[in-house]
Amino acid sequence: MSHSSRTKLTNTIIFILLAIGAVAMIAPLIWMLSTSIKQKIDVFALPPVWIPENPQWGKYAEIWTAGPLLSGIKNSVIIALSVTVVGTFTSSLAAFSFSKLKFPGKHMIFFLLLSALMIPYPAVMIPQFMMFSKIGWVDTLLPLIVPGLFGNIVMIFFLRQYLISVPDEVLEAAKIDGSSYFRLFSTITFPLIKPAVAAQLILWFMGIWNDYLAPIIYLTSPEKQTLQLVIANFNAQYAIQTDYPLIMAASVIALLPVLIIFLVFQKQIIESVAISGVKG
Amino acid sequence: MQTISNLYRKEKIYGWLFILPPVLGFLLFTLFPVAYSFYGSLTDWDGLGQMDFIGLSNFKELLTDELFHKAAFNTIFMMLGIPIGLILALLIALGLNRGIPGTTTFRVIYYVPVISSLAAISIMWSWAYNGDYGLVNQFLDIFGIDGPNWLMNKYSVKPALILMTVWKGLGYTMLLYLAALQSVPRSYYEAAELDGASGFKAFLHITWPMVKPVTFFIVVTNIIGGSQIFTEINIMTNTGGPEYSSASVVFYIWQKAFDNFQMGYASAMAVVLGIFIFIVTLIQFKMNEKSSYEA
Repeated sequence: MSHSSRTKLTNTIIFILLAIGAVAMIAPLIWMLSTSIKQKIDVFALPPVWIPENPQWGKYAEIWTAGPLLSGIKNSVIIALSVTVVGTFTSSLAAFSFSKLKFPGKHMIFFLLLSALMIPYPAVMIPQFMMFSKIGWVDTLLPLIVPGLFGNIVMIFFLRQYLISVPDEVLEAAKIDGSSYFRLFSTITFPLIKPAVAAQLILWFMGIWNDYLAPIIYLTSPEKQTLQLVIANFNAQYAIQTDYPLIMAASVIALLPVLIIFLVFQKQIIESVAISGVKG
Repeated sequence: MQTISNLYRKEKIYGWLFILPPVLGFLLFTLFPVAYSFYGSLTDWDGLGQMDFIGLSNFKELLTDELFHKAAFNTIFMMLGIPIGLILALLIALGLNRGIPGTTTFRVIYYVPVISSLAAISIMWSWAYNGDYGLVNQFLDIFGIDGPNWLMNKYSVKPALILMTVWKGLGYTMLLYLAALQSVPRSYYEAAELDGASGFKAFLHITWPMVKPVTFFIVVTNIIGGSQIFTEINIMTNTGGPEYSSASVVFYIWQKAFDNFQMGYASAMAVVLGIFIFIVTLIQFKMNEKSSYEA
């Protein structure tokens, strides 16, 4: 066999293996979608039915009255949007300052902030909870919003790295001309780092949207809960009645927004995640 | 035009002003709570009454607390998924690095579980692990294997959770490996081929050393993430599994703190977890320094 035809054969075998793997990765999700449009009898059919003969979309109407799904979406959107919009502003301003301005204590403060990355959320969650309960914020969205408004250290870190490679000359000239520092940031620096900011913002948004531990600690009333808690309660409540189509329909809804964001921005997301590993 | 010293003073003030929010956030929501966790771990804090200093009693109690030992054992046991995921992800990345058609599509498909909501995924897998009608047992049935009721059996619940976490994390690890593989210069392989080095030899002497730093990064981030496993446990086995066989450390902390209001005792566990993660991260920093000197 010649060299190139052997490579071709190897590639074909690898392609088939990768395809089998891809099916295994996606099958549970298809199964979830398929369950959500099944009649109850089909759910327990043996052997399993993958594509139901007459799909029932009714569960997608029923979920909105079966639990506080709508308020769950609303709460998740409020939290994720306010944190990422304000937090991205404070983070990029800080990254600008850390990389382009000169002031004493800069490096020490930066490394102090970085040390926060070594501290897991469980190590701070109990005192944080007590702090917020002292000021009466338990069972409101505030404990999930306010800390994020002060900025995100991962984002500051990446934007700073990115900004260090941007030459200083333009900024120096504008400085001498007496431009205000905020204008240096908003008109010169920010436009340069927009793509990096966007990728970080999307990753952060997805992280908040999918968060579970912090919401479960703070939110007790059903109408205050985020989407992830609402679907977890759907699961606890309706699994006893074995209403799996309903549970799966609610879970599909919880999954969809982030899935769409991912499919639209997959190139940017994949690139910025890949960079994080290379820089390690 | 302003004088230079004037300019510098102004820059100093704005420099500090712009970093003020994250610094305040750090002090309020990280440094103060961490300090308070340490202090709380030395008291009988119950969240309501007075906090009495009891020294290291909480830590002593941890030494004999069987539930804590179980939770710690379960947490470490479930990290067995890390090497499994690592090997699978590297194999997939090697396959995707050959320029086969459809690479982009594969990359997206393998990545979908990573971005998916962990709560939704956990709900879906609890259904897939259903003893009678779940996807997993129906699949095993094809091969004539009678699968257990995965999440209700103390021997199968941890492997079930491991399989799920491997599935969920595979795309992320694969992506990091792929990025590392793509940064290996082609000329290295061409040189190896000229020397007559076979595929496996080239892997051992070129590919593996080149992806070693990223392997290390993945192991460390996975240990940090794995030691905080909570959501899957809370949703899939909401009591911590049969005989507490799937409870994790964070699950136990959460139960103690927010169900039993043993804030002091829970803080002691949080401190132990925090120190463990701190050490793991520190090792990573040290190793990073070393590898960047070598490079």
